[in-house]
Amino acid sequence: MTKRQNRMVLVALLLAGAVLAITLLLQALGSNTNYFYSPTEVAEGKAPIGKTFRLGGLVAKGSVIRKDMMVSFDVTDNKNKFTIEYTGILPDLFREGQGIITTGSLVGETFIATEVLAKHDENYMPPEVADALEKSKK
Amino acid sequence: MWKWIQAFASPKNFYQTSAKIIPWFLYPFIALTLVGLYWALIVSPPDYQQGDSVRIMYVHVPAAWMSLFIYIVMAIAGAIGLIWQIKLANIVAKVSAPIGAAFTFLALVTGAVWGKPMWGTWWVWDARLTSELILLFLYLAFISLNNAFDNPKTASKASSVLVIVGLVNIPIIYYSVEWWNSLHQGASIGVNKVSMQIDMFIALMLISFAFKFLYGALVLMRARDEILTTEQNSTWVKKLIMKGEK
Repeated sequence: MTKRQNRMVLVALLLAGAVLAITLLLQALGSNTNYFYSPTEVAEGKAPIGKTFRLGGLVAKGSVIRKDMMVSFDVTDNKNKFTIEYTGILPDLFREGQGIITTGSLVGETFIATEVLAKHDENYMPPEVADALEKSKK
Repeated sequence: MWKWIQAFASPKNFYQTSAKIIPWFLYPFIALTLVGLYWALIVSPPDYQQGDSVRIMYVHVPAAWMSLFIYIVMAIAGAIGLIWQIKLANIVAKVSAPIGAAFTFLALVTGAVWGKPMWGTWWVWDARLTSELILLFLYLAFISLNNAFDNPKTASKASSVLVIVGLVNIPIIYYSVEWWNSLHQGASIGVNKVSMQIDMFIALMLISFAFKFLYGALVLMRARDEILTTEQNSTWVKKLIMKGEK
């Protein structure tokens, strides 16, 4: 092997080593790298119940009830759902059908939230198109 | 072929040729930016959910793409510098780093400004945001490592190794929103899907091409400066300075 080929192999090994190390690291971290749990994961007991964790899902249609500064709503992934209770200011994007991520803990069957963040999806369109889509659904 | 590459990549030849190429990057950048801004601010519609805030996307997304693109360029240049020991490749990697760091910083800042009104927070430690922050640290580490050695050969060797190892972070940033649950949404533009209205897409493309040309022009300009500094003791640079040419 010439010197140049030698160096080529070294660079390839360097990259392969780095990829291997990171792959193993990410494998070891597993679900800890997930930012939130879905309602189904919580129902299956994968979330740390009794501790603070994040729950993410869609705000169920027709479930939002406001009482002064308190708001309660259901978060669903269309399989399981949990009722959230939250006191505070909601983000602009919060609405029924919207994806949200909330931080808090499960007290009995109710999730008492300390923070509610809105998630948005990858679709961007003007309001007229959204209206037209909504109409064609009905 | 090999000799031709070596001749082109010689600092002297590159210094002379690049002067002629710079306008080919600079003018398209200016034109694309003007048209792109018009498309982003006037032609493209507001979003059905986010209203006019969606326009932050036309800076945020192209800047984030550049942060990945420039890093890949640096890793390739670093590998070429290590294997074929071409000086120019090391110079390209070195001068690209601050530009890449600036685009990464821009992506993070515009992301925070966008996140506050939409998500309700400036920052969260989800997979996408965290891996992009690590990218900024990689750029900064590359810059410091390059400056830590007095011998430029040792400096480029060490920093090339760093940039190649850090390359694993690039697919992590890109796929973070698919591999893990994150607050950041998935990609709107894939190989065979574009989930945004056409004028929004055009504005996004115009600005991202503008950024590519800006990067090209900046790299050439900074590489010329770098060459003059590193080659200051060679006869051709001395002659150049004596003559007062540009």
